[in-house]
Amino acid sequence: MPEIAPARDAAAALQESMPDALLDSHSFRDETTLIVPPAQVEDVCRFLRDTPGLVFNFLSDISAVDYWPEQDRPERFGICYHLLSMLYGRRLRVKIFVAEDEAEAPTLTAVWPGANWLEREIFDLMGIRFRGHPDMRRVLMPADWDGHPHRRDYPLGYEQVQFSFNAEEIMKHKPFAKE
Amino acid sequence: MAVVETPTNAPDAYRWEGNIEELRGLVSERAFTGETMLLNMGPHHPSTHGVLRVLLELDGEQIVNAVPDVGFLHTGIEKTIESKTYEKGVTATDRMDYLSPLSNNMAFCLAVEKLVDLDVPPRARLIRVICLELQRIASHMVWLGTHAIDLGAMSVLLYAFREREKVLDMLEMLSGQRMMGSYFRPGGVWRDITSDFKPTLVKFLGEFPRAVEDYQRLLEKNPIWVDRTQGVGVIEPEQALAWGMTGPTLRGSGVNWDLRKSMPYSGYEQFTFNVPLGEHGDVYDRFMCRILELWESMKILHQALERLEDRGPFRSDNRKFVPPPRSELGQSMEAVIHHFKLWTAGFDAPDEEVFAAVESPRGEIGCYLHGTGGNMPRRVHFKTPSFMHISSLPLLTQGHFIADLVAIIGSVDIVLGDCDR
Repeated sequence: MPEIAPARDAAAALQESMPDALLDSHSFRDETTLIVPPAQVEDVCRFLRDTPGLVFNFLSDISAVDYWPEQDRPERFGICYHLLSMLYGRRLRVKIFVAEDEAEAPTLTAVWPGANWLEREIFDLMGIRFRGHPDMRRVLMPADWDGHPHRRDYPLGYEQVQFSFNAEEIMKHKPFAKE
Repeated sequence: MAVVETPTNAPDAYRWEGNIEELRGLVSERAFTGETMLLNMGPHHPSTHGVLRVLLELDGEQIVNAVPDVGFLHTGIEKTIESKTYEKGVTATDRMDYLSPLSNNMAFCLAVEKLVDLDVPPRARLIRVICLELQRIASHMVWLGTHAIDLGAMSVLLYAFREREKVLDMLEMLSGQRMMGSYFRPGGVWRDITSDFKPTLVKFLGEFPRAVEDYQRLLEKNPIWVDRTQGVGVIEPEQALAWGMTGPTLRGSGVNWDLRKSMPYSGYEQFTFNVPLGEHGDVYDRFMCRILELWESMKILHQALERLEDRGPFRSDNRKFVPPPRSELGQSMEAVIHHFKLWTAGFDAPDEEVFAAVESPRGEIGCYLHGTGGNMPRRVHFKTPSFMHISSLPLLTQGHFIADLVAIIGSVDIVLGDCDR
């Protein structure tokens, strides 16, 4: 059996090898989050995957989060890559922030092909495009859908209650097929 | 704009009305010259296990390309939870993977408990383990029945559903509902086990091994079954990992990864059980993995039953997060206040993010939860095993026959509610 390198701290290892790629790191409830610049996320993930002592070989999840309407953040969206190291039995979150007007991030499909649909889902529901993605189509919503439902400013779709005084007014705006 | 030509005498229903240019890049160039055939399978096809549509490009009977199309069951569960308090959110999670609602509950509850740092009493965790293993049995029974019927073994379905019904009866005893019980709540479970639960479980554990033995005998060495499944749909372990596969689909390829064993939650580390592994990564190995998992689930249930005391705490007594028992409401003003606050406003969670994952019957369900500081989450995201498995369907099916596609879909055990959320 090959010798297994001792586990290393992900933040320290990244700081040492790619100092400009680590913007911040913090820990909450024993979960480590590394914040990296969007442009370097692919290199960082490759580094985390292939470096002995880290070996985050498995991409568990990619989730996007929308910080709207908070004004004190420079970027509106966060994308979290949840990596898993099966060798050392631990998880790591790599997080990038992208702004609303250039909602774009590099794709990870070259590192983990399984990122394909996870990124499509984020494009579909959150409206963040992935540069270099082989198949950037919607996945859950219909292809001709307007908007991205998981954005916080996307309405929930409540139906207005019709009372006798406004029944006709509301009826006019209902999205029925008009004859 | 090229349009596929259909014979003029074809019934209208068979006429292709879409624009074939939309498919460029998804199917090979040979489809545009008419050399290969495009065939639409689903969404209403019994062997796609729900509403999965697969656009197949066929060369004779061989699959050149498969383009899965999902989203027919998308109900915006994640979006719904964003406007619900944490306890109410549990109800929505039931509807994702409708064959194992309790696993979804577990992932969400674990995430909430992690976010607000809430302890769960050991007895509640034990009850959860029992429920999860029962749910695994119920889910595997549906899988076994439908997988077998896909490959032409009709009788297994009828038997398997009989056993599943017994499990669902037990879940009904606990939560009042056969399927969507929302039995797990942040901090424990909704109510204590009922007095008839333990005897029923003992009876079930007495008769279930015989049933599994029967089903195993029906298929395990059945020459038709073996011919249809061995060497079909082989997934290499490296591929499985790269494509994010989990659960029995991953273990069928020989990768020893079970979250119950490797990263235990809810007290799984106290139980002795094995993780069945496949060797070849074909349909047969995945089938055997799941069958053997049934035996392991029974082992866990036996051990849990021994430890389960008749009475004891079944949820946390941290009143800031868990409502007080009904009996206290008549006597304690604090209890009334807590009750009122929890059922109107809910509890607040910090503006932080957590990720929790559990091993569902299908694989790893991950729940990413981001609080706002208030009583509703900012974002909930479920990473579901079926979503990952369907995304790799093109890889799994290329070069196989259509009949094998059915076997492969059955063997990775997809649930479309789980995929589409």
